[in-house]
Amino acid sequence: MNRATLLVLADGRFPAGGHAHSGGAEAAVAAGRIKDAADLAEFCRGRLHTSGLVAAALAAAAAVGVDPLELDEAADARTPSAALRTAARKLGRQMMRAARATWPSAELDALASVRPKGAHQPVVLGLAARSAGLGPEDAVYVAAYESVSGPATAVVRLLSLDPFDATAVLARLAPDLDRVAADAAECARRVPIEGVDALPASSAPLLDIGAEAHAAWAVRLFAS
Amino acid sequence: MHLDHSHTHDGPAAVSADAVRPDGRRRALRVGLGGPVGSGKTATVAALCRALRDELSLAVVTNDIYTREDAAFLLREAVLPPERIAAVETGACPHTAIRDDISANLEAVEDLEDEVGPLDLVLVESGGDNLTATFSRGLVDAQLFVIDVAGGDDIPRKGGPGVTTADLLVVNKTDLAPYVGSDLQRMARDAKAQRAELPVVFQSLRSEEGVSEVAAWVRERIAAWTAA
Ligand SMILES: Nc1nc2c(ncn2[C@@H]2O[C@H](COP(=O)(O)OP(=O)(O)O)[C@@H](O)[C@H]2O)c(=O)[nH]1
Ligand SMILES: [Mg+2]
Repeated sequence: MNRATLLVLADGRFPAGGHAHSGGAEAAVAAGRIKDAADLAEFCRGRLHTSGLVAAALAAAAAVGVDPLELDEAADARTPSAALRTAARKLGRQMMRAARATWPSAELDALASVRPKGAHQPVVLGLAARSAGLGPEDAVYVAAYESVSGPATAVVRLLSLDPFDATAVLARLAPDLDRVAADAAECARRVPIEGVDALPASSAPLLDIGAEAHAAWAVRLFAS
Repeated sequence: MHLDHSHTHDGPAAVSADAVRPDGRRRALRVGLGGPVGSGKTATVAALCRALRDELSLAVVTNDIYTREDAAFLLREAVLPPERIAAVETGACPHTAIRDDISANLEAVEDLEDEVGPLDLVLVESGGDNLTATFSRGLVDAQLFVIDVAGGDDIPRKGGPGVTTADLLVVNKTDLAPYVGSDLQRMARDAKAQRAELPVVFQSLRSEEGVSEVAAWVRERIAAWTAA
């Protein structure tokens, strides 16, 4: 395993579609819940500890070799919003394409052929990490970080927020990221023994409601 | 871990530029249309659809900045049946979706081929962006850059990747030149200096000839693609 591979997978410019999604930030900005960097920090913290934690645990479980189809169902069950299930599968399909081109593997091919329209993104991300020779401890970090870096980048565009402030928000979240990554990895380690019920199922109802409303907008900058 | 590029995939196509689809058929030629906002990209797409739809199996992908306006316009004009028009959302950055991260566009193109194919031609319109926005070679086989005479007759002189490297430069709205004081000769000279042998078409979609020169260029491209 090459440590630097983690940088390639975690790079915000990894071409897997993330740039078109705001992680719920566009809906939150429109609802007046994000107006400045302080609000962004709170939004990101909430997202990280809820859907970020779930995504990280799913990714880690896929990285240790848990059946991705079982994880895909577990992801469905943990995503009450239909709009977010659609977005997660779309992004999963895009991640699959990028992963198969960069770290081809029989496991990726197998999942792509049974889920041609996409499996949930965190599951594909975890399998991509596995194909790249990375482990669950790497996959959790990529998933957890993505759960906050996406909204932060989006808010820079949506509010013309100072990009230095947005990056500082991410930097201040590092201890939270470490904690979520550790918790997610711990849950994932239990999955081979206890099954997918060992995965966290935390959710943020406002993110779900916001996503449903956002999906119906006629004019929007981001796909979700 | 293996990075062998000859690796065979049994799932859906993974590699963007593959000329052959997973079912063994040769895929459609993909032509990108870029250029500044309002230069006439959507109007050119619409005119091309009308000119070519009886002889070719066509589909269109639009990349709007923040709406589905382009797709909606094409639907309203009924240039193609609705199932042949797909809109990609770009997170406010069409240039990212057509160049740096082309995954959503590739999926739109592939879904169109799966659902309404076989197709001969897919036109991919980029939402109006800036003069540096070009399409990835992983997404399109050829690209047009559409500018207009009203955007200033010094655009060809200023150059930029779109103007200098596009496979075809289209200077649109020549009917407006007298009203905006644009010097078409000078635009042609400057374009020639920037592009050497690469072709340039001056057109007015308000004229009798309309899109016919561009349509002829597309037909040549299709012939070359099919023969390859
Ligand atoms: N006068 C004139 N107007 C044109 C021509 N081509 C397009 N237009 C108009 O220019 C406007 C912008 O065209 P559109 O295709 O939407 O531009 P896009 O933003 O590049 O897609 C529309 O009102 C068109 O009807 C042309 O050749 N001459
Ligand atoms: Mg347009």
